[in-house]
Amino acid sequence: MTDITHLPPETGPSLDLRARDIAVAGQWKLFWLKFKKHRIALVSLVVISCMYLIAIFADFIAPFDPNATNARFTYAPPQGISLMLDGSFRPHVSQLKMTLNTESMRREFAPDPQKPVSVGFFVPSNPYNLLGFIPMQTKLFGLTDPKVGDSLYLFGADRLGRDIFSRVVHGAQISLSIGLVGVFLSLILGVTIGGISGFFGGWTDVVIQRFIELLRSIPTIPLWMGLAAAIPVGWPPLRTYFVITLIVSLIGWTSLAREVRGKFLSMRNEDFVTAARLDGMSEIGIIFNHLVPSFMSHIIATLTLAIPSMILAETALSFLGIGLQPPIISWGVLLQEAQNIRAVSQAPWLLFTPAAAIVISVLSLNFLGDGLRDAADPYEALT
Amino acid sequence: MTPEKSMTIENETILKVDDLRTYFPTRTGLFKAVDGVSFDLKRGKTLCVVGESGSGKSVTARSILQIVDKPGRIEGGSILLTRADGSTTDLAKLDARGKEIRGVRGKEIAMIFQEPMSSLSPVHRIGAQIGEGLRIHFGISKKDQRERVLELLRQVEIPRPETAIDRYTFEFSGGMRQRVMIAMALACNPQVLIADEPTTALDVTTQAEILDLIRRLQKSHGMAVLFITHDMGVVAEIADEVLVMYRGKVMERGPVEQIFHAPQDDYTRGLIGSVVKLERKAEVRLTRPDIPADTPPLLDVKNLSMTFPSGLKAVDDVSLIVRPGETLGIVGESGSGKTTMGRCLLRIYEPESGTIDFRRADGSTVDVRTAGSSALKDIRREMRMIFQDPVGSLSPRKTVAQIIAEPLKLAGMKGRTLDDRVAELMQQVGLEPAWRERYPHAFSGGQRQRIGIARAIAVNPRLIIADEATSALDVSLRSQMLDLMMKLQDEMGLSYVFISHDMSVIRYMCDRVAVMYRGKIVEAGDTDQVVNHPAHDYTRALLSAIPNPDPRDRRIHNRFRYDAAAAARPVPANG
Repeated sequence: MTDITHLPPETGPSLDLRARDIAVAGQWKLFWLKFKKHRIALVSLVVISCMYLIAIFADFIAPFDPNATNARFTYAPPQGISLMLDGSFRPHVSQLKMTLNTESMRREFAPDPQKPVSVGFFVPSNPYNLLGFIPMQTKLFGLTDPKVGDSLYLFGADRLGRDIFSRVVHGAQISLSIGLVGVFLSLILGVTIGGISGFFGGWTDVVIQRFIELLRSIPTIPLWMGLAAAIPVGWPPLRTYFVITLIVSLIGWTSLAREVRGKFLSMRNEDFVTAARLDGMSEIGIIFNHLVPSFMSHIIATLTLAIPSMILAETALSFLGIGLQPPIISWGVLLQEAQNIRAVSQAPWLLFTPAAAIVISVLSLNFLGDGLRDAADPYEALT
Repeated sequence: MTPEKSMTIENETILKVDDLRTYFPTRTGLFKAVDGVSFDLKRGKTLCVVGESGSGKSVTARSILQIVDKPGRIEGGSILLTRADGSTTDLAKLDARGKEIRGVRGKEIAMIFQEPMSSLSPVHRIGAQIGEGLRIHFGISKKDQRERVLELLRQVEIPRPETAIDRYTFEFSGGMRQRVMIAMALACNPQVLIADEPTTALDVTTQAEILDLIRRLQKSHGMAVLFITHDMGVVAEIADEVLVMYRGKVMERGPVEQIFHAPQDDYTRGLIGSVVKLERKAEVRLTRPDIPADTPPLLDVKNLSMTFPSGLKAVDDVSLIVRPGETLGIVGESGSGKTTMGRCLLRIYEPESGTIDFRRADGSTVDVRTAGSSALKDIRREMRMIFQDPVGSLSPRKTVAQIIAEPLKLAGMKGRTLDDRVAELMQQVGLEPAWRERYPHAFSGGQRQRIGIARAIAVNPRLIIADEATSALDVSLRSQMLDLMMKLQDEMGLSYVFISHDMSVIRYMCDRVAVMYRGKIVEAGDTDQVVNHPAHDYTRALLSAIPNPDPRDRRIHNRFRYDAAAAARPVPANG
């Protein structure tokens, strides 16, 4: 700075507090700042977090054992909770009075306001193990003093008198986790194969890309059906579950692999990667120090957008009766049980409750993924 | 529209901009891109708006046509357009999407943009694109339209207009596309032509052609031209009046003579000063004793060739030497192979033949072209690189300290020593060591380039390849960066291979210079010799096309054209 010092100096990082924060903000902080501006995505994040919390603590949240039957309450309708009783705060439901319609030979239920059944939080229950290892004897909510003839069906009951709410809550465990596990498998396959494809290029790249195109050209439902049909009927439910996740992630990894490959190809010629190479960094070092951090945020966004398709795939398979089978509970299994005209006409809650759970979770995940994708490159606006 | 006619109505104000204010609302407040700008545009005259990046000169031009990018909007002021019949319209009051302003755009005020590659549509024939304005504003018949387009193509000197009219834009070079752009702008005989950095993306010889063309067309059409540029040389060559802008405000306004030879404002004075400074050799280099010609060279390149897989021979039998402590300039236009050559020296690209003998610190020489990977790793510690793009060359995800420390870490330095060394380096290049935890996005272009320099010198190299290291910087920063590089050269005994398209930068800093053209070195020698007494015709053409920042000595009009090239290739690609 010689004879032009009267020029405004090269303005340094400006000094107000916010700018100083931004100046030392790393990629994840910037990511979050940009993500926060996406309102719907933020709301979806809250919704999705709640749903996963519900799935994790399903044993605690579901008031009943999802497999407990009750012949008395076959196809019982949803019961609404009233908060006030005799002028004081006492949440309760009305006991269901069952009459047999002799003409149609159907059971008909009607709430009996004369017989309130009180409902409360943290009610005692049969002993169970939360998360499989914490012994508990309390449920989040339920009947405070259950007697014969009392019931609490928030979303109705099914053919065997099982509580739909409890079943949907338990179904979330399988349905939401199948997305995560599937996506995790896709991540491993996609990043490895995409990375190899982008990094080595040449023939390897051509072979892998053509293979991906081949996979993507196969119609998915028949492919899944074929694979699912190959699962031996005698297998234990848990093993079936894992094979199903494998099947649904079989297609999912291809889009991720392409994303990773594309990023690899575009990043390899960035100047800062060349600079690292000139600094003497090994190729492996470049991949993990520069390339992976650069596309990590993109991968997370892609993964989030992949979860809903996994959830839908599981649902589709189970609905067709070739995915998971009872006694495993998943949203697809629940839908499959609602797969008859009687359920639709007389007990629509069998259909709508699991369907609503699927729609809410898939929509939220999609919005969340959109928000993440928009925030994935936080440097666009800054530079 | 004859010259005689335009003479009679000269000095008549066509566009009067008064107290124009265009603001961009941002999250943190209001960004005043244009803040109270006033000027008059007179028939047949050229007003140059000059300023550094971010000074609001482009937004000023866009405000006139109401095509400011969202969320910017005109907050106040007036833009009074006076037509030939005496009627006036205040463009600032018009609805940006309304019919009235659309009637003005293209018909009364036309604009040419900076980027000839992206401002034309690749899916339409150029005839259709030039004729579009005619169709919209006059609705003339297809046949008349074609006639008019051919006439326009002839005016902008596109060879063989009858065939050119049916070709697509991607079949043309950058200079030709800019001519098409100009033809498009002239289609409706506008009174005002706004040219927003129309030559910035072009090579200097092409730029000279386009400037010449604009000036000739202005004379024959009697247009008023609003010319936006950051290049003071261009201003001196073409302007009648100059408006100097800085951060949205007008710093000075006056005839070109006054701006260059008697500037009133401090900012203008500084701007002119930094331009004039680059017009001669740096003072520190004038007093330095010459490097003896018999010093054993640090780098001795012989017959280097490199062909891209596409078959393009980017480097063709290049030989050069760099002596210790010396700066060798490589100058050439885009596509001359200078960047490829620089990258070959570091084996970023693999040259296919020739030798690159590099003298190691212990006196032994090693051929970089055939060195094994471990030897190459060692050589790359002694031979480093500074990149052109200060944004792309720094990983946005690392802090400044991490970026500078990377080569040191890989050389085995760690802990306290590493931290101290990084702080020392930051100081050495003029950065505050307290900024070490900041990320590159918090720095301006000049500061980022300093970070890049710190990274390059971190491992005490002996040779640095600087590839267009100052091209992305504003002119006032350019000399600062060059001064810094020369200071480091003297402190550390560095040698540079300085690659640039800008002759003034080369002249300021380099001891010797090699001129590249189409992969070959056409001339090499001492900088003074090459600049003042060029031996090769191409060098003469290159030098004479450089705009001279002195309005009393306008040169590019009488420039020397390199015709040997036309004989060597079937179609004239440039110009």
